Amino acid sequence: MATPVLDKEEAAGKPEPGFADSPYITVTFRVRRFNPEVSAEATWEDFQLELDPKERVLDGLHKIKWDLDGSLTFRRSCAHGICGSDAMRINGKNRLACKTLIKDINPEKPITVEPIKGLTVLKDLVVDMEPFFQAYRDVMPFLITKDTNEPTRERLQSAEDRERFDDTTKCILCAACTSSCPVFWNDGQYFGPAAIVNAHRFIFDSRDEAGEQRLEILNDRDGVWRCRTTFNCTDACPRGIEVTKAIQEVKRALITRRY
Amino acid sequence: MSTTETTASGVGPVEGAPVYTVDNPAPLIEAPRKRTKKSPKSTRGNFELAAWLFMRLSGIVLVILVIGHLLIQLVLDGGVSKIGFAFVAGRWASPWWQVWDLLMLWLAMLHGANGLRTVINDYAERASSRMWLKALLYTATVWTILLGTLVIFTFDPNIR
Ligand code: HEM
Ligand code: SF4
Ligand code: FES
Repeated sequence: MATPVLDKEEAAGKPEPGFADSPYITVTFRVRRFNPEVSAEATWEDFQLELDPKERVLDGLHKIKWDLDGSLTFRRSCAHGICGSDAMRINGKNRLACKTLIKDINPEKPITVEPIKGLTVLKDLVVDMEPFFQAYRDVMPFLITKDTNEPTRERLQSAEDRERFDDTTKCILCAACTSSCPVFWNDGQYFGPAAIVNAHRFIFDSRDEAGEQRLEILNDRDGVWRCRTTFNCTDACPRGIEVTKAIQEVKRALITRRY
Repeated sequence: MSTTETTASGVGPVEGAPVYTVDNPAPLIEAPRKRTKKSPKSTRGNFELAAWLFMRLSGIVLVILVIGHLLIQLVLDGGVSKIGFAFVAGRWASPWWQVWDLLMLWLAMLHGANGLRTVINDYAERASSRMWLKALLYTATVWTILLGTLVIFTFDPNIR
């Protein structure tokens, strides 16, 4: 009996026009492995995977972890570009594994996957994010007002005032920018792009009243002046934030003290 | 447990005793100069701001000074072949070229030294290597500026 359900299943089994029978291709993942409980050396390990080019690097890592080697260690939570936990260095560029499609990074050659640089590697692709979050905390990423009383009405803001810092509200604290910065690689004392982006988000917020304080913090020896305008951060940001521009705006605000 | 047995680390007896185990892990791959809770050493003052602005402003002035200098010395009026003691003596007889060269010396030296200071800050990891490299840089800078200034002002065209 030909029910609509059966028809549908039959149709789903057919390859789409223009595609070969199986969309799967063989991809090599070259993963940087480090396990301090086994060796002091980090080494490359290759994995052969059958992947649909429309799948993501995270799917490949899942296949390795679930089917090939359960000891592979990496962070991921949302798997949809929101939580910011799976920033890694893929083919030499910082990206979110969950937002990087296999077809976009040349699956003909081995795909290299490494931990992000400039932070202590704990195991495989997992790094110690503490210095990164310390810099984040240091810029006081929360609303500060001089009025210590509980507000009695909503803090209103015009659309233009909101627009002023819209770009920097999009940050998901993935550390792709900070760990792509060559200044940070060598000198983790530098606040790094992400901390400056999150300071920018409040410095240019008309409701916030501690902009001056945050500017003073970023006027530090390891603050915005260490930025060398390399633009690695802007290229790395999976949220498309114009990171270097935000840093430049903080520099300008420090020189003119207008924000 | 005997050390020759296969352990959780997966290193079998053939390779001998595993060097690193769960209880004795290898050192982590540390990042140089990590940020800690104590990191913001609250460096008050606007020195870095001033240094950053100086690089841009001196750069603009240097474009004019250096291109002018190169044109006069190497391109116009016969190029390098004209340069000799007499040519230098003739130019430094005029306060205009004295001030030009003095300005170029000071700006280029301070600009270059501050640029190298940035490079040291970016690349040197250990506190002691940072200190020594900067000490060397500042000594060389001060020495060159003083010597150059002395020559510009005490140049004697009748030395021969
Ligand atoms: C001719 C016009 C010049 C312009 C417009 C210029 C401009 C600049 C600027 C804007 C920077 C800062 C770059 C940054 O912060 O990332 C810089 C860096 C630097 N400059 Fe100049 N400069 C000039 C001439 C010179 C001269 C004559 C010297 C050598 C005496 C010099 C040596 C340096 C060094 C060593 C650096 C640091 C290198 C770096 O930051 O990567 N510059 N220059
Ligand atoms: S600015 Fe972009 S790259 Fe940097 S932490 Fe935020 S989301 Fe990640
Ligand atoms: S797993 Fe959440 S951003 Fe990729």
